[in-house]
Amino acid sequence: MNTCTKRIREIASALLEKKEVEKVIGFATGTIPMASNPIVVTSKQDVEKLVFNSTCGLNLANYIRNHKGKIAVIAKGCDARNIVTHVIENQADREKLHIIGVPCSGMIDKNKVASLFKDDIVEFIEDGDTATIKSATKEETINKKDYLRHNCSLCTHKNPVIYDDLACDEGEEQSLEIPYPDVDAIQSLDANAKWQHFQELTKNCIRCYSCRNARPLCYCPTCFVDEAGPQWVGKGQDETDVNTFHFLRAFHCAGRCTDCGACVEACPMDINVRDFTRKLNKDSFELFGWEAGLDTTRRPPLDSYSPDDPNDFIK
Amino acid sequence: MILSSKEKGHTMKFITIDKKDWAKGIENSRKAYQLFGPVKEKNGVLIKNLEKGVLPLMEYTDSVMSAKSVMFPQSEMILKTTLDESKEDHHIMKRVDTNYSPRAVVGMRPFDAKAIQLVKMNFDTKDFRDPYWCDAYEATTFVGLAVNKPGLYDFSTSAGSGPFGEDGLDVLLADMDDKYVAKILSDKGQDFIDIFAVGTSSDEKESQVLFDVLRKEAEKNIASAIETDKLKDKTILYLHEAPFWDDVAFSCINCGTCTYVCPTCWCFDIQDETKRKASTRFRNWDTCMSSLFTSHASGHNPRDAKTQRVRQRFMHKLKYFPDKYEEGIMCVGCGRCVKSCPVNIDIRKVAKTMNSYENKE
Repeated sequence: MNTCTKRIREIASALLEKKEVEKVIGFATGTIPMASNPIVVTSKQDVEKLVFNSTCGLNLANYIRNHKGKIAVIAKGCDARNIVTHVIENQADREKLHIIGVPCSGMIDKNKVASLFKDDIVEFIEDGDTATIKSATKEETINKKDYLRHNCSLCTHKNPVIYDDLACDEGEEQSLEIPYPDVDAIQSLDANAKWQHFQELTKNCIRCYSCRNARPLCYCPTCFVDEAGPQWVGKGQDETDVNTFHFLRAFHCAGRCTDCGACVEACPMDINVRDFTRKLNKDSFELFGWEAGLDTTRRPPLDSYSPDDPNDFIK
Repeated sequence: MILSSKEKGHTMKFITIDKKDWAKGIENSRKAYQLFGPVKEKNGVLIKNLEKGVLPLMEYTDSVMSAKSVMFPQSEMILKTTLDESKEDHHIMKRVDTNYSPRAVVGMRPFDAKAIQLVKMNFDTKDFRDPYWCDAYEATTFVGLAVNKPGLYDFSTSAGSGPFGEDGLDVLLADMDDKYVAKILSDKGQDFIDIFAVGTSSDEKESQVLFDVLRKEAEKNIASAIETDKLKDKTILYLHEAPFWDDVAFSCINCGTCTYVCPTCWCFDIQDETKRKASTRFRNWDTCMSSLFTSHASGHNPRDAKTQRVRQRFMHKLKYFPDKYEEGIMCVGCGRCVKSCPVNIDIRKVAKTMNSYENKE
């Protein structure tokens, strides 16, 4: 067991015992290799189910809304930033949250790992910086840092920005000379090629909405795609309707997205929907000096007014 | 259920197809069939219309999507009309002209064929015949590829199917290194093999022995099972009121992944779309994981909460369906939902929880 998991269990156990929180939200080991399962723990004996490893790629800020009493939640760097966003957007009360921060060393890109094998992976065992993976026909040991998810490889906020306890020591943050190489590459395409890129990207989307539902930003009681009276968008597989969903979903995240990667992690069709949101993150940063979820006292660019706004039309 | 070859007066036959002749056979079959089959795209292995020159992918472990879309596309235009009142037949919905010329799905998994038989119970009943699904079904010949090495997610042997399952197939192919041996299971299958027109007849007894050896070897590879044996004796209300559903549902994000990748999920939604004077009616896959699924026009929603929706999915598959049809569970053990669920809700684990549930009070 890694020290981080051990510490999470100790903290969770103490919080539940002292009745400081009613429940602890964290990750449990999944039933299949490279999977983890978000769980809620309410008793000391169930604390043993909690784990933290490089397969905990979903964002637990998605699970902190609508609880009555005080709860504790495990938060890696991006989860913590989404908790900040929740506090700013009045979706969570900081007083009712006990944040168990986990400095994160990045999540594994499960598809990239799977591509090393022709058959199904049957075992994935982590040991510090490496992981040993087995299928029925071969075994591979990898350096985890070579198989990080794309968003994790570009992460500059692995340490939680907000917490009540820390489960392990903070790590050194990287600084990037070129923070948005992927966006730059798409931006350099001409209009037709750009359009082609996005058409190709969403071609096999099945509209399961796992991208929308996996990320903590989408908490509207009724999403615009689910609105039935009036209906805003067609429900079928017409590419205009599929793209309308993706474009609007992305724009609703402008200045709010932390690039946690939960949307891509959840997609059963392996669609890199971050190609939509990353451009907006870049714009937020370049135009407003804003990165989402770093400070509970600052208002986000799209709900504040400033006389030195870079756009003339608003002045 | 399709008629067995015996009932049709057809004698079972085996054909050996040299892999060198495979592409030629596929080309021959295009003369009489619209072909569908597994293709590898950047999103994974999907079942699609095989365009000219494209061969079905015959070596793959898992396909993300099932073959149900051949009869039941995710989005299908079914009716249309004109709103132009100067036309005599305005506002009268008429069936669209769909191509129901013979189709063949080549290289599908046996469990997907079994799943289509389960879906058929819904679309083709004593009282109702869904014309869109049934016309497509009747046009289709199902050519399965047995699974010599089942993957980790396959639990089909405990779900009424298996790597060499024949239910719902017209031809079952087994990969034997440099050749395929085809077992012809119906007249439709015989017609397909006749048009395929490559391969030589093989000895029936010997071929069946080879099939049995491969089947036993394949079945040994299946390490997990779905436990449902005690569900029959538990009442619907007993399971419905059980205390574990909130825990089962906690992590669910209510996306539609499990239902869309499922080969047996058959629910659909009807949508009308109008452009100027042209009105069209579509049917689209629907998902019981969405709150919109049961949203009434009045605003009332009987399955308003996540737990109710998650419970519905498992109760339908493992309790309501088996009780109603007495043909086993509404799951063929393909494992797609287990593999694709973003939060690792595992139907095997849920079934075990339901199956072993004893109310202590």
